[in-house]
Amino acid sequence: MLAAQVRKERHSAGAASFLLDVSIEVPPGITILFGASGAGKSTLLDCVAGLTQPDQGRITICNDVLFDSVPAVHIPAQKRRIAYVFQTLALFPHLTAEENVAYGLRDLPEEGRQERVGEILNAFRVKKLRKQKPGEISGGEKQRIALARSLVTEPRVLLLDEPLTGLDTELKAAIVDDLRAWNAAKAIPILYVTHSRDEVDALGERVIALDNGRVVSAGAPMEVLDAPRRKKLAQAAGFENLLNATVLDLREADGVMRVRLGERACEIEVPLGYAAVGSRVQVAIRAGDILLATERPRGLSARNVMEGRVLSLEQRGAMVIARVDCGVTLVAHVTPGAVRALELAAGRPVWLVLKTHSCHLVD
Amino acid sequence: MEALWVSLKLAACVAAILLAIGMPVAYWLAYSTWRGKFLLESMVALPLVLPPTVLGFYALVAMGPHGPLGRLWVALFGHGLAFTFGGLVLASVLYSFPFAVQPLIASFEGVDRRLLDASAVLGAGALRTFWRVILPLSLPGVVTAAVLSFAHTLGEFGVVLMVGGNLAGITRTVSIDIYDHVQSLEYGAANRTALVLLAISFAVLSFVYAVNRRVWTPWTAK
Repeated sequence: MLAAQVRKERHSAGAASFLLDVSIEVPPGITILFGASGAGKSTLLDCVAGLTQPDQGRITICNDVLFDSVPAVHIPAQKRRIAYVFQTLALFPHLTAEENVAYGLRDLPEEGRQERVGEILNAFRVKKLRKQKPGEISGGEKQRIALARSLVTEPRVLLLDEPLTGLDTELKAAIVDDLRAWNAAKAIPILYVTHSRDEVDALGERVIALDNGRVVSAGAPMEVLDAPRRKKLAQAAGFENLLNATVLDLREADGVMRVRLGERACEIEVPLGYAAVGSRVQVAIRAGDILLATERPRGLSARNVMEGRVLSLEQRGAMVIARVDCGVTLVAHVTPGAVRALELAAGRPVWLVLKTHSCHLVD
Repeated sequence: MEALWVSLKLAACVAAILLAIGMPVAYWLAYSTWRGKFLLESMVALPLVLPPTVLGFYALVAMGPHGPLGRLWVALFGHGLAFTFGGLVLASVLYSFPFAVQPLIASFEGVDRRLLDASAVLGAGALRTFWRVILPLSLPGVVTAAVLSFAHTLGEFGVVLMVGGNLAGITRTVSIDIYDHVQSLEYGAANRTALVLLAISFAVLSFVYAVNRRVWTPWTAK
C-alpha cells in the first residue's frame, strides 16, 4: 500500500501559483489518476518518486517512510525503488534497448543481468529489438521497452504517466494486457495517469479524480466518471454537452428538479441537487445518452422530450454527430443506419429524448 | 620549430587540465539552483573581456617571489613559478577557462532533464548519472571544449609574454616567435611560422564545426 499526503505549491512566472494538496492511498493493483492537464497529476507523481520535494506531507510504502516533513525525511529518488515511466518515456538515446533495460540492474553480476534483461524483453515481446537504439524503434515498441526497463528492477511501486499516449486502441490493449499479466504475479501498487476514457475503462479498478490540485472523487470508474461533479472532469470524461441551466422548482419527494436550459424555455427534469430555486447550475449530458425521434414520441418512461431542428450531421467513423437546436444546441450521437432510416438531414424537425438520470449536475 | 613544440605541448597540457577542472565547474553551473550562481558565471567569463595583459599582470604578480602563489611554489618545489613552463600552463588555464567551460555548460544544459530523472529512479546516483548519461550525450560539447581551449592556447600572446617571457625552448611559443621575427625584420621566417599557425587553427576550427553540425561524428562510428 502506497500512502501519500502531499502539499506542494508551485510558482511560475506570470501565472497564478498552483497548489497541490492531496491525500491518496494506492493499494496493490492498478489505480487510475484521472484529470485534465494541469490538474497536478505529474507533480504528484514526481513527489512520490522523489524527484520533487513536497512542502509538507508524508509519503509511505507500507511502514517505510519515504518522505515526511516532521521529522524531516527525504529519501532520494535513487534509493526509493519506485519505478516511473514518463510521458516522454525518457529512454537513453545513446544506449541500445538492452542497455536501457539493464541500466537499473547494476548490482547484479553480469550473467544474472543478461538473463533478467532477456526475460523481460521477451515478456514484453521486444526481444528482437535488443540491439537497437531508441531512435530506430517505433512508438509502441518504445513504450514496451520503457515499461520493461522500469519493471525489471522489481520496484515496490510503479508510476505511469500517460505511458500509452499516441498509440492506437488495439496496441494499447495489448500492452495493457501484458502489464496486467505482469502485475498478477507481483501485485504492487500501480498509479496510472491518464486522461483517456478508453484507458480508464480498459484498466480501471479504482479511479482517483484530480482537479486543480485536489482530489475531487475516488472510487470505482463507474462512480467517479459517470457522475462527474466538476465541469473540467466532465469535459475530460467525454461529456459532449455541458449546459448552463436555471433551477425552476425542486421536487424533493421524487428526487428530481426541473431546470431551464439556456435562456429560452427548454425545460428538462434532472436529478435533485444542492441548489435553490432560481440558482444557476450546469448540466452534463453524454451525446450517446440522447435519443432522436422524427415524430413526437409517446408512452415513454424517459421524462424529457424536447422539440428541435437538426442543424448539421457529421459522419465520423461509424458514428454520426448530430447537432440539434432546441433553444440550446445539443450534440447527439446516432449511427449511419439510423440517419438513413429516419431520413435525417439538416433542417429536419426532430424530438430529443433524455432520461432524467442521464443528466448530471456539475459544479 | 622548437617554438611550435613548446606551443603544442602547452596547448595540450592546458586542454587536458581544463577538461578535468572544467567538467565539475560546468556541471555545477549547469545544474545548481543557487541564486548567487551568476557571480561565478561572471567570473568564468571574465577572461573573455579582460585584456590578456591584465590577466597576465595579475598572474605574474601572484606567481612572483612575493606573491602568494610564487611563495607556495618556492616552498614546494624550491624554484619560482614565473617565467617557467609551469607558470605558463597555469596562466593559460586561467585565460582559456571560458573556452572550455562554456561549451560544457551549454551541452550539459542541453541534456533532457527527464533522462536525468529516469537515471535517478533507476537507482543511479549523481556520479553514475554523469558518467553514463550526461557525459556520453555531451560528447560534442566535450570535444568542442577540448579543441577550443587547445586552439585558443595555441594562439595566445599577451598572457604568455607577461608570465612566460621569451625563453627559447621553455616559454617561447609560436606567437612570440613570429613577433620576434617581425621585430628583426625577418618577414620570410615570420610568414612560414604564421602560415603553420593559420593552417593548424583552421583545421582545428573546421573539426569543431564539423562535429557540431554532425557532418562527422567519430565516436558513434563503431
